[in-house]
Amino acid sequence: MRGFLALLVRDLRLALRQGSDAVMAVAFFVLVILLFPFGIGPEPNMLARIAAGTLWVAALLASLLALERLFQHDYEDGSLDLLVLGRLPLEVVVLAKVLAHWLVTGLPLLVAAPLAGAMLNFPGSGLPVLLASLALGTPTLSLIGSIGAALTLGARRGGVLMSLLILPLYIPVLIFGAGAVEAAASGLEVGPHLMLLGGMCVFSLVLAPLAAAAALRQALG
Amino acid sequence: MHQFANPARFMRIAGMALPWFSVAAVVLFATGLFFALFDSPPDYQQSETVRIMYVHVPAAWMAMFVYTSLAVAAASSLVWKHPLADLWARANAPLGAGFTAICLVTGMLWGKPMWGAWWAWDPRLTSVLVLFFLYLGYIALVGAFDDPERGLKAGNVLLLVGAVNVPIIKFSVDWWNSLHQPASVLRMDGPAIDPSMLLPLLLMWGAFMALFGALAILRLRSELMERRLSALRLTLASQPAGSRSSSNEPGLS
Repeated sequence: MRGFLALLVRDLRLALRQGSDAVMAVAFFVLVILLFPFGIGPEPNMLARIAAGTLWVAALLASLLALERLFQHDYEDGSLDLLVLGRLPLEVVVLAKVLAHWLVTGLPLLVAAPLAGAMLNFPGSGLPVLLASLALGTPTLSLIGSIGAALTLGARRGGVLMSLLILPLYIPVLIFGAGAVEAAASGLEVGPHLMLLGGMCVFSLVLAPLAAAAALRQALG
Repeated sequence: MHQFANPARFMRIAGMALPWFSVAAVVLFATGLFFALFDSPPDYQQSETVRIMYVHVPAAWMAMFVYTSLAVAAASSLVWKHPLADLWARANAPLGAGFTAICLVTGMLWGKPMWGAWWAWDPRLTSVLVLFFLYLGYIALVGAFDDPERGLKAGNVLLLVGAVNVPIIKFSVDWWNSLHQPASVLRMDGPAIDPSMLLPLLLMWGAFMALFGALAILRLRSELMERRLSALRLTLASQPAGSRSSSNEPGLS
C-alpha cells in the first residue's frame, strides 16, 4: 500500500509540475464540443437532443489523448524497468498509474462537463445522471486504455495504433454511458444503465491491470 | 498437441493433410452450393433471399471459430510457449478478418430487402463489427514492431483481451431486444430450422471449415518457410565477409 501511494504521489507530482495534461484534456474536451454547434447548427432543441452523446464522445476522446503518455516517459527514461524489478507487483503499479491518469485527466472532465453541457443546452435536470455516468465510465476508459498503452509501447506510430486497438473496446462503455443520460432525459429507468457501467468498471478494475501488466512484461522482455 | 510443436514434423503432416482439405472444400462447396441455390425451398416469409443465409451464417460461425482458435493459440503460446501457436495466430488473423467481412457484407445485402436498411445499430451487428476491428487491430499491432517476436507477444495479450467479445456476440440476440433473429441451430431443444434448409447450411459450413483448413495450412507453412528463410539470411549475414566471397578485398596484412 505504501508503494502504491508513493507511486501515485510521484505520478501526480510529475503531472502537476509539467502541468499540461489536465489543462490539455479539458481544453480538448471543450473544443470538440464546440465543434458540434458549428457542424450541426446552433438550433437549441437539436443541440439538447445530441448533448448526451456528444459529451460522452468528447470525454472518451479526451481521455484517449493523454493515454499514450501513460507508460511512455517511464519506458523511455528506464524507470519502468525499475518498477518491474521492484517489490511492488506490476499489476499494482499499473493500478497506481491508471489512478493517477484518471485523477489528472478524468476528474477535470467531470468538473468541466456541466459547463460544456450548458453550451449544448443540456437540461440541468439531467446533470446528476450525466455526472454519475461519467464518474463510473471514465475510470473504466482509463483502465481499458492502460492495456492499449502497454501493448503499443515501442511500436511504430504507437498513438494511432493505440486508438485503433482501444476504440472498439470503448464502445460498450459509450453505449451504456450515453444510454443512461438518454434514459434520464426521456424519463426512463436509469438504474440498469448505471449498474452495467458499474459492473464494467469493476470488471475492468480486476482484469485490465492483469492484461496491462502482462503486456508491460512483454514490452520489457 | 506437443508432438506437432516440431516444425519439421508439422510441415510433413500438414503437407499430407493439405490435399484432403482442398478436395473436401471443392466437393463440399459444389454440393453445398447446389443444394443452397437450387435444391432447397424458398422461405415462406423471405422467399428467395433466404439463400443468402447459406453464406452468411457459415461465415459468421467461422468468424467466431477463427477468433476463438486465435485466442486459444494466444493462451497456449503464453502458457506453454508453443512455437507454432504464435505463428498460427499471425497466419490466420487475416482469414478470420476475411470471414468477418464476408459475414458483414452478406448481412448488409440481406438486411436491405428484409429490414429495409443496409445497417442497423443492433447489438449483434455492433459486436460483430467490433470483432472485425479486433482482427484489424491485431494485424496492425503484430506488424508495428521492429522485433517481430515482440509484436507476436503483444498481439497475444490483445487476442485474450478481445476474447470477452466472443460470448457477447453469441448471446447478444438473447440479452437484448434485437432486430437480428435469435439462434435457430444451436439450441437446447433442437434446431428450429427445417431439415431441407439445415442440410445445405451444414454442407456449406463443412465447406467453409475445409476451406479454412486448407488455407490455414498453406499460410502456416509459408510462415514457417519465411521464418526459416530469415534465419538463414541472418546466419549468412553474420558470417565474416571473407568466408562468404572468396577474395575481392585486398586485405591489409
